Amino acid sequence: MSVSGSIAIAGVHEHETRWAPEKTEIQIMAESARGALADAGLALSDVDGLFAASMSMGAMGTVSLAEYLNIKPRYLDGTNIGGSSFVAHVNHAAAAIHAGLCDVALILYGSTAASNAMAIGTGLGGGSRDPNQAFVGPYGMTTVGSYALVAQRHMHLYGTKSEQLAEISVAMRKHAGLNPNAKMKSPISVDDVLESRMISEPLHLLDCCIISDGGGAVIVTSLERARDLAKPPVVLLGCGEAVAHQEIGAPDLLTLAAKQSGEHALGMAGVSHDDIDFCTIYDSFTITVLSTLENLGFCKPGEGGDFVSGGRIALGGALPINPDGGGLSNNHPGMRGIFLVIEATKQLRGECGERQVAGAKLGLAHGTGGTLGTMHSGATLVLARD
Amino acid sequence: MPPEFTHPKPAASWETRAYWEGAGRHELVLQRCGDCGVVQHRPRAICASCLSSALQHFVSSGRGQVYTFTVTHQNGVPPFRDAVPYVLAYVDLEEGPRLMTNIVGCDPGDVAIGMDVVVDFQDADTSDLGDAGGAFAVPRFRPA
Repeated sequence: MSVSGSIAIAGVHEHETRWAPEKTEIQIMAESARGALADAGLALSDVDGLFAASMSMGAMGTVSLAEYLNIKPRYLDGTNIGGSSFVAHVNHAAAAIHAGLCDVALILYGSTAASNAMAIGTGLGGGSRDPNQAFVGPYGMTTVGSYALVAQRHMHLYGTKSEQLAEISVAMRKHAGLNPNAKMKSPISVDDVLESRMISEPLHLLDCCIISDGGGAVIVTSLERARDLAKPPVVLLGCGEAVAHQEIGAPDLLTLAAKQSGEHALGMAGVSHDDIDFCTIYDSFTITVLSTLENLGFCKPGEGGDFVSGGRIALGGALPINPDGGGLSNNHPGMRGIFLVIEATKQLRGECGERQVAGAKLGLAHGTGGTLGTMHSGATLVLARD
Repeated sequence: MPPEFTHPKPAASWETRAYWEGAGRHELVLQRCGDCGVVQHRPRAICASCLSSALQHFVSSGRGQVYTFTVTHQNGVPPFRDAVPYVLAYVDLEEGPRLMTNIVGCDPGDVAIGMDVVVDFQDADTSDLGDAGGAFAVPRFRPA
């Protein structure tokens, strides 16, 4: 029996907060756990696998979290590969459940990035006392700058336009307007994006994700068990992980981890791109979405600009992306991967109201962690209605 | 021309200090494997192609072309906070490796992908190294 088709997402919860100066990171995780357990119809005592990562969790992080929740799981996974971690946690939870090492996996994330005034995009781009970072640190690479290097190369090779990147921001904002919990709901135009201040050429302010507080939880179990729980199961058909880095000094900035993880996930699922009804794709920056779509194979290298234009990735378009509004407009508390899984699950359960993708049966979630310009991870899931 | 800025000083390990000491002599030092011949960057204690430890250093021509770049307009971290707009780039060296760097010595608006550039060094304050080794410098590039 393969992992494919035997594991399911049984419960999810996206914490409603976007600004929580009165809450702690671990509190947001625990409140999210409460929400997801209620969603699944499970009790905390059912949890025997704990998976988590955060901006501040280090060694002993999952042990400390287990103490906070007063649980004694028999499987722990604190994998932290950046914002994609929680997509990878689903992959890891599936393997553990499939192997009989746990039955009910709880995946958690929480962050107070906004109320702690973390300047993730432009506040981390300086020197470092780590010798391994010394080939980057002296040069002032911001998070935005790392992605801008990719965007500039893409524009140079393929003639991609800022107007095309802006279409991605416009679509995400349109979606956020249909999401009651989204942080940024006022509609924006392509011109608004182009006229917003330049952060790192060619990326403007509105090409960049927002910063919010927030968190979420996902519960993974066997499909067999999930069928007896409160909500319709969402079945894991395929999964994959990958890394991309500077290699031995010849990084191709336009070949993302998504190429490898996507091929693996789609191959395992045995589905083609045309079968996919919608995607949730980590939209740290507009270029992230455009380049990820190419690397996942939804279009050829260089065709991303046309692919995202004309409302094709907005609700009602050929391939809706991030119906919740994504990191560009809904929420982005530092590491966003868990929301890709949550929104894909809700869409496949058909419970998204105004932002529901009509008839969604098959979705793809892809998380990116790290920075595209130096090193990053990718994790892909193919998920289906039972 | 944008304001000149002082690069944060590089931190070196025993695996990487030949690179930084080479820069201190205003030489761009790269590694080549003595067994398989592959040039690798960043420097390591082992060849990531054949796992040999027989690594040799050689001096690069310091010539290359801009692979990609971004003009940075916002960075909250000193000294870059006061150095904007500055150019972050990858440069393809003649010998193969692609290095992250800054392009200096020209207006940021004049930088273009494919532009010919040559290495330039800014001496680093390594007074805290004591007698442990030679001076460091930070390699960056300017129009050729």
